[in-house]
Amino acid sequence: MANSAIEMPASLTKTRSERSAWQKLRGNRNWLGFWYMMPAAGILLLFLAYPLFLGVWLSFTDTKIGRAGEFIGLENYEWLGGDSVFWMSVFNTLLYTVVASIAKFVIGLYLALLLNKHLPCKALIRAAVLIPFIVPTVLSAIAFWWIYDSQFSIISWSLRRLGWIDHNINFLGDPWNARWSTIFANVWRGVPFIAITLLAGLQTVSPSLYEAATLDGATPWQRFRHITYPLLTPIIAVVMTFSVLFTFTDFQLIWALTRGGPVNATHLMATLSYQRAIIAGQLGEGAAISTAMIPFLLAAIGIAWYGLQTRKWQQGGSNE
Amino acid sequence: MASVQIADVRKAYGSTQVIHGVDIDINDGEFVILVGPSGCGKSTLLRMIAGLENISGGEIRIGPRVVNDVPPKERDIAMVFQNYALYPHMTVADNMAFSMKLRKAPKAEIDERVNKAAGILGLDKLLDRFPRQLSGGQRQRVAMGRAIVRDPQVFLFDEPLSNLDAKLRVQMRTEIKELHQRLKTTTVYVTHDQIEAMTMADKIVVMHDGIVEQMGAPLDLYDRPNNLFVAAFIGSPSMNLLKGTITAAGFETEGGVVWPIGQHPADSNGKAAVFGIRPEHIQLNPNGLKAEVVVIEPMGSETQVIVRCGGQSLTCVFRERITAKPGETITITPDIHVTHLFDAATGKRID
Repeated sequence: MANSAIEMPASLTKTRSERSAWQKLRGNRNWLGFWYMMPAAGILLLFLAYPLFLGVWLSFTDTKIGRAGEFIGLENYEWLGGDSVFWMSVFNTLLYTVVASIAKFVIGLYLALLLNKHLPCKALIRAAVLIPFIVPTVLSAIAFWWIYDSQFSIISWSLRRLGWIDHNINFLGDPWNARWSTIFANVWRGVPFIAITLLAGLQTVSPSLYEAATLDGATPWQRFRHITYPLLTPIIAVVMTFSVLFTFTDFQLIWALTRGGPVNATHLMATLSYQRAIIAGQLGEGAAISTAMIPFLLAAIGIAWYGLQTRKWQQGGSNE
Repeated sequence: MASVQIADVRKAYGSTQVIHGVDIDINDGEFVILVGPSGCGKSTLLRMIAGLENISGGEIRIGPRVVNDVPPKERDIAMVFQNYALYPHMTVADNMAFSMKLRKAPKAEIDERVNKAAGILGLDKLLDRFPRQLSGGQRQRVAMGRAIVRDPQVFLFDEPLSNLDAKLRVQMRTEIKELHQRLKTTTVYVTHDQIEAMTMADKIVVMHDGIVEQMGAPLDLYDRPNNLFVAAFIGSPSMNLLKGTITAAGFETEGGVVWPIGQHPADSNGKAAVFGIRPEHIQLNPNGLKAEVVVIEPMGSETQVIVRCGGQSLTCVFRERITAKPGETITITPDIHVTHLFDAATGKRID
């Protein structure tokens, strides 16, 4: 009776009446499967779903640190709607995400194509490319902080030595300089992930496809355009989704470099949310800023999902 | 269509030479098969004709033109790859049209040629499918279609049938041969399968360790192999090769059995040699040599018998049914008109 799945029909009718509901349940594979699923579901509920819903709930309250709040409806959002700092953080986040993602993609793809060629010390170079990725973000942010220092910046020093400028560049003190500087640091850090992932994708493309295309008369650009790029799109979709999500929600780099300054010029939604919720103690308002990120993230995921769905040739389905 | 001349072609990867001066003349419209065991340089040679590998020495001509430094796309050749190399993101029609689209041929011409090629290969109904949705044989046909559409000077095939199952392979063999008879395009075909070579080729080139061992019509190679390598490589089941010496009475094997031979080569008495006899050239003869039956493999149309004679095992193929059981003795004799003698030291044919 341990395994009802292999019981013969004849004996089944006989035993069915004798078995209690509990015995039937115990023999049921779906019931067993349900229990095997519980640990994973529990972890997801506790660490993902609960904080998410708590965050959304907080955004509808006026909770402050140390004081339970009351439900106030959309008041936090209405207030944010008229808050120019919030809108600047939205603008900054979009600029940061769009510019950094495009730059990371272009540089990453270029590096991947380069690394896919036969180079001397290939393994070593591939490993070296990963260095920005393995250094903890805060450490690399501190290194950039020195590079961007208003007095001791190595860039300012080098350019001065070359005679191209006559006084130090105020990297993190000027709003636009600060924006481009943080974007540059983010690109530096994000490129290896994209380059290595795309390289892995490139290596799945059979070399004989390139040979066939060469014989068909394709130039190197046409081989990229008609072979490499279409075969790489699924991986591009996945890697760019990740890249956009991570860039959009970036916190560490900004916090270590500028803390949102100068005058909120580099505040991203994530850093602004932290500042309002934790530092200023306005949990409800901070949660509202965080919650406002959700639609953007869903849109990014949706676009990637759509990109994957339209590639029927990979799933062997028909093209209709 | 064009002829292909390969003159003293060499290939080296660094200091390792893999092709040591190969000369092959391929006539216009000929179907030539390069055959040999793996690592003999046959695929490398084909890729050199295609322009996918540099030529380290010598000269390759397609038609009147030396193509050593001509890029692949200007050589006017089409190649069918072992793994088909179909573009997975393009439909069958797009795969076939790709080369014409690249050179911006008019749409009407592309459609006409693709439809014609599809008609020849029976792909009409599959034009909208993706390679993933096709069977191995269909993919193989699409790969050939892609070559046909281009109407090239030379077709190159690189082991095109080795990914197919046995039955399909036989069928595709016939199709490729039929296609060649119909299009009459010069074809160079690489395989390691000597049966493919025998059944399809106008001319076989047997390669081994980067040199040409012998080339000629299939039956010439079968009837008069130039050396031990070709003798052992061509034919299935393969030729029986016995070591021994040539004596006045015939050929005496190491086991002391004397085989009758047709004619003695000049000054050959007492010479160490290898005696070759094809399985189907061994006949049952009451006055022949005694041989003990080891295994009997009935095939229906013929019977393959492994026997032991003078301590050496031989394969015989008889048209008649054999009643003997394993362990019993039969008497056999070679057809002395078709025996082969090779020099034991050099492996060269001596009769």
